[in-house]
Amino acid sequence: MTTTTTLMPYDEALERYEPVLGLETHVELGTASKMFCGCATTFGAAPNTQVCPVCLALPGALPVANEKAIESTIRIGLALNCSIASWCRFARKNYFYPDMPKNYQISQYDEPLCTDGYLDVEVDGTVVRVGIERVHLEEDTGKSTHVGGATGRIHGADYSIVDYNRAGIPLVEIVTKPIEGADRLAPEVARAYVTELRELMRALGVSDVRMEEGSLRCDVNVSLMPRGSSEWGTRTETKNVNSLRSVERAVRHEIERQAAILSEGGRIVQETRHFHEDTGTTTSGRSKEEAQDYRYFPEPDLVPIAPDPAWVAELKAALPELPSVRRKRLQQEWGVSDLDMQAMHNADAIDLVEATVAAGAPPADARKWWMGELARRANEAAVPLSDLRITPDQVARVCALVASGALNDKLARQVLEGVLEGEGTPDEVVASRGLQIVNDEGELSRIIDEVLAANADAADKVRGGKIAAVGALVGGVMKASRGKADAARARELILEKLGVSA
Amino acid sequence: MSAITRDEVAHLARLSRLALSDEELDHYATQLDVIIGSVARVSEVAAEDVPPSSHALPLTNVFRPDEVRPCLTPEQALSGAPAVEDQRFRVPRILGEEA
Ligand SMILES: [Zn+2]
Repeated sequence: MTTTTTLMPYDEALERYEPVLGLETHVELGTASKMFCGCATTFGAAPNTQVCPVCLALPGALPVANEKAIESTIRIGLALNCSIASWCRFARKNYFYPDMPKNYQISQYDEPLCTDGYLDVEVDGTVVRVGIERVHLEEDTGKSTHVGGATGRIHGADYSIVDYNRAGIPLVEIVTKPIEGADRLAPEVARAYVTELRELMRALGVSDVRMEEGSLRCDVNVSLMPRGSSEWGTRTETKNVNSLRSVERAVRHEIERQAAILSEGGRIVQETRHFHEDTGTTTSGRSKEEAQDYRYFPEPDLVPIAPDPAWVAELKAALPELPSVRRKRLQQEWGVSDLDMQAMHNADAIDLVEATVAAGAPPADARKWWMGELARRANEAAVPLSDLRITPDQVARVCALVASGALNDKLARQVLEGVLEGEGTPDEVVASRGLQIVNDEGELSRIIDEVLAANADAADKVRGGKIAAVGALVGGVMKASRGKADAARARELILEKLGVSA
Repeated sequence: MSAITRDEVAHLARLSRLALSDEELDHYATQLDVIIGSVARVSEVAAEDVPPSSHALPLTNVFRPDEVRPCLTPEQALSGAPAVEDQRFRVPRILGEEA
């Protein structure tokens, strides 16, 4: 921790070296009960209130596998284009560490439930196929808090206290094949992969995939090889990278760090590293088991799993539309460009726009408000779009009010603001804030006369044929009506009054 | 030639977080050697037509439905714990100071 890390600027690192990535993602399944016992899995429960003899490893207690968890894992495997094992077993991973009271974790070793698939991800308009090595099922561990010591970290702590609520929650591990050829886009590919995986899990409904709550966690493996070489370098594994942005940063940082070491003739140590959210850097961390000597063996307390091919076929047939397919379909239906679709994807706006369109809004209008005014407001408040206090139905209603001529865009923004501030539905906000376009021609005509009188110079210019000067007059009318005038109609009336044909 | 060396026993002891004395290491190395030898004899008896097996029962797919069952109360769960703090199991220091 005392040595400073030398980095090589990213561009230079990429000129000299080619990165190879590997990603291991853990997804906590959203089952009601744990993997091997009937304990609840509610997040945030008081410590040790969701534990029983099985997940506390009390003598004589025996595990029984949760059928829903097996089913979810098979569905994940199918969605990732994997082969499903016709027969496989759980295995014991032995290690002595208090986060598992059994002193082993039930996992899968050489017989994973799903193998050899892929996930296509899109980066900068290019599709990158990420190979999937395996998908297996295991149980999550308990949560330790380290007490005493200078840093609250495990090293140097005086002692630790453990909550076993999380111990035994079904955990799916998804391991990619080595990702080669991503080249300088490696950080983006890593991020796009985790993003796509998260959406896939959501579409399957198997997990709430909340990275901030730890129900999706990512370990990032990075190695470098000199340009022109085909032999992979030594890799490091950066653990528990817990946001999409961090996935990208961790890859970038490891590339810059390893390149600096290699260029000075140094060697990369195969090790586990910790990612630091605040600085975007990684530091060396010893793994809890220095020798990776887990002494796996088949779990004797659980009988083998042999998924019936008919069941697997049924699950496959019932898979929902996958996110990438859905995005393609929506893009065609909405007639938007790749770039706009990507922007909506990045802003997590696709579901919202879809719901707004379903509520009757034209796609272009739905997209305009969600990606414009509402995205700006969400950004200001630093919340996701979906957390804004407005529903797709309400946005659709605002679109309808604009389409009918009852509101113009400026007034519509005020209506959205009112809804966001809890003043009620769009119609209620229109009524309470008095936000109606001035449709009364007499009223509009009176305002225009005032504006023309006050801006005689501009009016003369228009009369003299400088039609462009009409803009200032329309602006004056909008200002005088506090935005409630119909700008197009005002323009027509002004030109009419000045005897100019548009 | 023994089936397990004293160094291997020391390694296993360390993985199991057991502090064994020199005498204990000698003692267990001898005992484990006998156990491994005995198991090896069983393997010799198994002919080609006996496939390796991990389970005695010819069962597969024993599952339970995803239903929540009552848990222990925290008091019950912690009743056997040597030390408790903040309704959590208190355990001794796991790793020492960083090298
Ligand atoms: Zn339990």
